[in-house]
Amino acid sequence: MSKWMASIGLEVHVQLKTRTKMFCSCPAHREGEPPNTQVCPVCLGLPGALPVMNREAIRKTVLTGLMIGSKIPLRSSFDRKNYFYPDMPKNYQITQQAAPLCMGGSVDIQSAGTLKTIRVNHIHQEEDAAKITHLANSSEIDFNRSGTPLMELVTEPDMSTPDEAIAFLTALREMLVYAGISDADLELGHMRCDVNTSIRPVGTDKLGVKSELKNMNTFRGIHRALTYELKRQMDTLEAGGSLVQETRRWDDAAGVTLSMRSKEYAHDYRYFPEPDLPPVILDEAMIARWRCELPELPAAKRARFIQDYGLPEYDAGVLTAERAIADYFEAAAQKAGHPKAVSNWVMGELLRALGEKGQSIAEARITPDALAALIALVEKKTINMPAAKEVFQILFEQGGEPEAIVKEKGLLQVSDSGAMEDFAEQAMAASPKVVEDFRAGKEAALMFLVGQVMKLSRGKANPQMAADVLRRKLST
Amino acid sequence: MTMNFSERADRMDVRYVARLARIRLTDAEADELQGQLDDILAFVGELKRLDVQEAPPTDDSSGNRNIWHEDVPRPGLPHEAAMALAPTARHGQFVVPKIME
Repeated sequence: MSKWMASIGLEVHVQLKTRTKMFCSCPAHREGEPPNTQVCPVCLGLPGALPVMNREAIRKTVLTGLMIGSKIPLRSSFDRKNYFYPDMPKNYQITQQAAPLCMGGSVDIQSAGTLKTIRVNHIHQEEDAAKITHLANSSEIDFNRSGTPLMELVTEPDMSTPDEAIAFLTALREMLVYAGISDADLELGHMRCDVNTSIRPVGTDKLGVKSELKNMNTFRGIHRALTYELKRQMDTLEAGGSLVQETRRWDDAAGVTLSMRSKEYAHDYRYFPEPDLPPVILDEAMIARWRCELPELPAAKRARFIQDYGLPEYDAGVLTAERAIADYFEAAAQKAGHPKAVSNWVMGELLRALGEKGQSIAEARITPDALAALIALVEKKTINMPAAKEVFQILFEQGGEPEAIVKEKGLLQVSDSGAMEDFAEQAMAASPKVVEDFRAGKEAALMFLVGQVMKLSRGKANPQMAADVLRRKLST
Repeated sequence: MTMNFSERADRMDVRYVARLARIRLTDAEADELQGQLDDILAFVGELKRLDVQEAPPTDDSSGNRNIWHEDVPRPGLPHEAAMALAPTARHGQFVVPKIME
């Protein structure tokens, strides 16, 4: 790309996490409901049915705007976007064009080690369409999804590589999940993306001719499609060809983008104000109240974990990647008082065990309190590390109290000096050669003897104490 | 992205609009309607001579504000009632002629 620079802009559609649809009280779309069972005259587009705004959807869209620093106009309104397609039986989608809920804003991303600010043009509120299944000779329509609240976030063309586009989507997704705005599950289509791309010669200002890739819904697909599309545009121009502004479709199996010339008139949407909905009038007090409901965002939480708990940057990054994990860590750390030890357990044993079982932290049986108590037992040297890991596994699988499990399993660490002296003598007597080696200056021999003591104690000896006792005995 | 509604209203091709609306017109009908549509747009165009900078928005004249529902689900139509509206139904879904992407 040395002679060329790319400009990438995204239009991200996000399914809001609400219980009801955007303009009626039908349950909002969830996978797995039998088709056409969550419908009413409004979302079926029956003549005479009137839409009523979902307050919670409006609130969640405004919250998103507040998170990214948008300006929230006090007056916002809805428009009709007209098109003919059976997924939208009214023949128009209710959306916002002239006066969206959120204007401007930005999201910071980190890509290739540098920080970059991606500007957002606006966020508007709209409704989802029905789901169409294309068959050989007909199409089937399920209206359960029809009218589900969507917000569309439109960025400026500020990204210049596929990596940056993915970094943006990752950062956005993280924020939305954190704030409970959306489950943002890509596989379930909660986040879908139109990707606009153009290239222009380095050193020029005027944006090149753009292509639009519609309805992308995996990060990997977006990355591959963008990589392909940038190269296609560059090859075309370098071969002396010219580009046309067009909508293209990503064929994932073939790994190419294809022109969609079929809808000659598709882009004339004839927007006009939606006469069936009164405007949304917000006031400063309401916006201020909503602002107070914003959760701490991942970047701020990372900084606080480093500052307040003295954690390394790496730990803070891992722990805050998911809000539930961050909350779990905090609950345990406040109880245990050893933040770094808690961090090690959460990042190590807990995430490993969850990964093995394919579970989320919400399903884990070990409570933050139990983990804190377990860590306290290690810190007090009541049990040693191998025993602690054994207890952890039991807590993870069955739950319970660490103290009770330690007693039940007889895992109390042997720190009793009489018993330790006995184990040390037995170990030395059993391996005279090793004893000689040590006395001859071979320091590593000590570890062998410590190992023997651990074995004799069935893993319950305090290893540090064993080493001390052995060293004293060996030097006399 | 954002465009004024009035910007495009100077002239409207009836045949183009009919095509968007999937309405089939004879040439005679199209010519007659084109004349009427031109008159209507010219009449509405008079508004452009006014300075509306200070006029409040009139996209809503009901005086209503923030009419919204709380986020509590309520049952809609029973499945059978919804499907009774379908010209053709299969697998609990509405069936339409095949749509090409």
